[in-house]
Order: sequence, then C-alpha cells, then structure tokens
Amino acid sequence: MAKSKFAAVLASIVGAWAFSASADEFTKEDLALWKAEYMAAVDVGRGVFTDPALGTNGVVCAQCHPNGSNIHPETYPKFQKQLGQVVPLWVMINWCIRNPLEGEELAADDPRMIALLAYITHERRGVALEPGKH
Amino acid sequence: MVKTLSRRSLIRGASALTAGGVLDLTLVKLAFGQGGPQPDFTFAYISDSHIQHVKGAEFVRNWDRGLKRAVAECNLLNPKPDFVVFGGDLAQLGKKSELDHGLELLSPLRYDVKYVLGEHDYYLDLGEYWADKISPHYYSWDHKGVHFITLNSIVTHDEWTNKWSSGEERMGVMAGLDDPRGSPFMVGAAQRQWLADDLAKIPKSTPIVVFSHSPLQKIFKNWNFWTDDAEQVQALLAPFDKVTVIYGHVHQIQYNQIGNISFHSVMATAWPWPYPESYSQAENYLPVMTVPMNRADPFHERDATGWQFIDVQSGNLALNFSLPDNSPRRVAFNPETGMPEDSEFETRSIPPQMHF
Repeated sequence: MAKSKFAAVLASIVGAWAFSASADEFTKEDLALWKAEYMAAVDVGRGVFTDPALGTNGVVCAQCHPNGSNIHPETYPKFQKQLGQVVPLWVMINWCIRNPLEGEELAADDPRMIALLAYITHERRGVALEPGKH
Repeated sequence: MVKTLSRRSLIRGASALTAGGVLDLTLVKLAFGQGGPQPDFTFAYISDSHIQHVKGAEFVRNWDRGLKRAVAECNLLNPKPDFVVFGGDLAQLGKKSELDHGLELLSPLRYDVKYVLGEHDYYLDLGEYWADKISPHYYSWDHKGVHFITLNSIVTHDEWTNKWSSGEERMGVMAGLDDPRGSPFMVGAAQRQWLADDLAKIPKSTPIVVFSHSPLQKIFKNWNFWTDDAEQVQALLAPFDKVTVIYGHVHQIQYNQIGNISFHSVMATAWPWPYPESYSQAENYLPVMTVPMNRADPFHERDATGWQFIDVQSGNLALNFSLPDNSPRRVAFNPETGMPEDSEFETRSIPPQMHF
C-alpha cells in the first residue's frame, strides 16, 4: 500500500512538473494532495500509537498519553537528564518502546516512527516551539 | 484529642519490613477522640490497578508492581483502617484472567474490601463476572454513623452498549480513554431511583460518603473525566449536611467543592494521566481549587502513582496520599473555609507544578 501511494505521489509530482509553468508554483490540487498525504501519515501514526503489537506486553502509547498529551514534541530536542544528552523526540519515543512497552527500538526512518512523530506533533498543532524546555 | 494518621507511622512499619523484622503493627493502640457525634475512624483506598494480561501466566509487570506495593503498604497501616475500598479498573480489558489475578494480588489485604466497578471491569461482559465473583454493582451500608454508598457510574446509553459485534470490541473502544468512538458515562435513571429510595431513609444530618469510579462532576468530556447525569445525582445529595464523593478513573489528584458536596479523586496504582489542560485541542473544567500534582517523570516507574488512607473526623474527610516516588500529600476538608484544601502543597511553586 505504501509503495502504491508513493507511486501516486511520484506520478503527481512528475505530472505537475510536466504541466506547470515554473518551479515555484503549486496548485490548490497540490496542496490538497500534500495535506491528504500528511493526514494519512497522522492516521497511520494514531494506529501505531494504539497498537498493542508495537511492544511485547500489549501496552500502548495512548494508555499513558491520551491524545498524545504530555509528550511535548515542541520542546525537543532537549537535554534528558536520565539519558545524559540532548536528544530528538524519536530517541525518547524509543525509550518508551523499550521500557513501558518492553519492545524493540525502531530506526529513526522506520515508517512507523515517522507516522508516530506525525501523529504526536499533529495533536500539538498550534503550540509554539520551545526547544529545550522542561 | 483528635489523632490523625501520620506518614511516620506508615514509614516506621515499612522500614521494619525492609529490615526483615517482624513487627506487630497492632501493638500501638491509639485513642481516637470524639470529634463530634460520630466516632472518628480511618479507611484506605486503592484504585485503578489496570491488571493487564499478556499471555499464559504473564501480566504487565509494571502494573502488577503498583498494586502489590499498595497492598503491602496498606497492610502496614497503624492504626488499622476499618476497611479498604478498591475504586475500580482492577482489570485493563475486563478479562476473567485479569480480574482473577487482580483478586489474587489483593488477597493479602488483612481488611474487609469494598469494591467499586470501573469501565475496564465492565464493558467486556457488562459486569457479569464482577457481580458473580466480586461484588454487586451498587449498594450502601452504614458504618460508625456514616452512610456509605457505592454507585456504578460508568454505564452508558443502551444504544451504544448494544451496537458492537462483540464484548471484546466494545471493551477495546471503551478502554481507549481518548477513543472518539466511546460514549459518556452515566449513573442512569434506574440507579438514580435506587439512590433516591436509599437516601429517603437517612436523616439529613447523617454524613454521606459516595464512592463512584467516574467523577460525579463534569471536568473533561474528551477523556470521560465526566458523568453525564452528574447534576441529577448531585441534586439527590444536596439536601444532606455533609456529603463527600470519592472517585477514581482520573489517575491524578483533583478536588472540588460544589455546595455541600466535597469531591476528591484518588490516585491509580498503575500509571498517571496528564491533567486535561495538557491536551491543547479541547476545553476542560478542572476545578480551580485543585492544586495539581507535579508533572510525571517516566524515568521513575512509580512516579505520580499511589494509594491513600483517609481520616473520617466528625463526618469530614481528609485524604492522605501515599506516593512512592513523590512527597506525600494531604487534602483535608477545612471547616472554616468549607472546602477541601492542601495547605502544605499549595504554597510550593516549583517548575514541575506547571502543566502545559
């Protein structure tokens, strides 16, 4: 499914390229398509966020973080005392997957990780960026 | 003199246990003063353990640990509580295996246990196993001059309850706090009639204590920190001089006063929940008098979880929160201001108190 979607996006990009007059213009159709692609990632992310199979013990992210709350994506990267360094959000997500969920870490570019980041950030839309905040 | 329970008496017992000593916790006998027409007494409250079955004999370790710790500490209370209330959500998905395992973890308690039904215990089989094995869904009793009532506040419309293809599907939806396919909780007309009949026999001067799983007040609909017919239930309780409602479900400290009714939430033993204001996309009505607990730190497994022991003095309640990874808190009714207060904690102003 992901592959066919990718193909559709590629086709639309190629199509837009072929027909649009200049590189810096895009249409309402483009915007609608890009928004739809983004929302699809958010929806996949909500699925991962509530998937008992993400870890090994059936615990899901949403159990402690209803609507993605108390994750504060707008405060990353930030120093995590317990990790001893400044980390981006995906590193902290992996901490949660390892510990409360007793699961295996995801790669930073794993489609499930990207979808999780899309969902979590979407639930915080409109909140100002405050990197480093605790 | 009115003797209140101190954290110290609990800690003393706990350190003796850690040292492997055998301590007769009944050795110290405290004389409880007569603060009014009703004798003073204490009870303990454990809630929201969410025992979660993984497979076979395996259960989620973290949630098991929270309940085990609460039970062990509760057994060390000195003086002994008159009884313990379990405030609902013993199970995560209402399974018999989860309820049975939860009962096994509760079984070392040396006290009589009263049970409140939570939505996680109910929506798989509509409370059939609960009624059969554990407790009626709602009931009342009298103890030392106080009238206690346990309500099942987590039912919802029949239309919603009956629309699912299976109990598992229904339970799965209701188990998701933020699942938009859920439905608001309510006490319901039949139980409100039962409550009205039950209260009709009680003099208005008798202190009333109500246990429910969901708040009998409206705080945040998005996460069902909400009971749809809360006002109608409050109206039945309004004519009494002293009423206290204690609820679980919210996994955080909340308190409020509406007319003569004091409201207190209790902590979960399993995991904490964020305060509603931390969800930036929806409106909430957290009682303004509530001084929130600190933001939870996930690196401490028991942070912002706990249980409580409760002093009943002249029909007024004081909740003592026993929090393994946090400073203890005490939220007590202040007869002078006529509302619950946490005089110590509200003077603090530290960064973790800021929720966002």
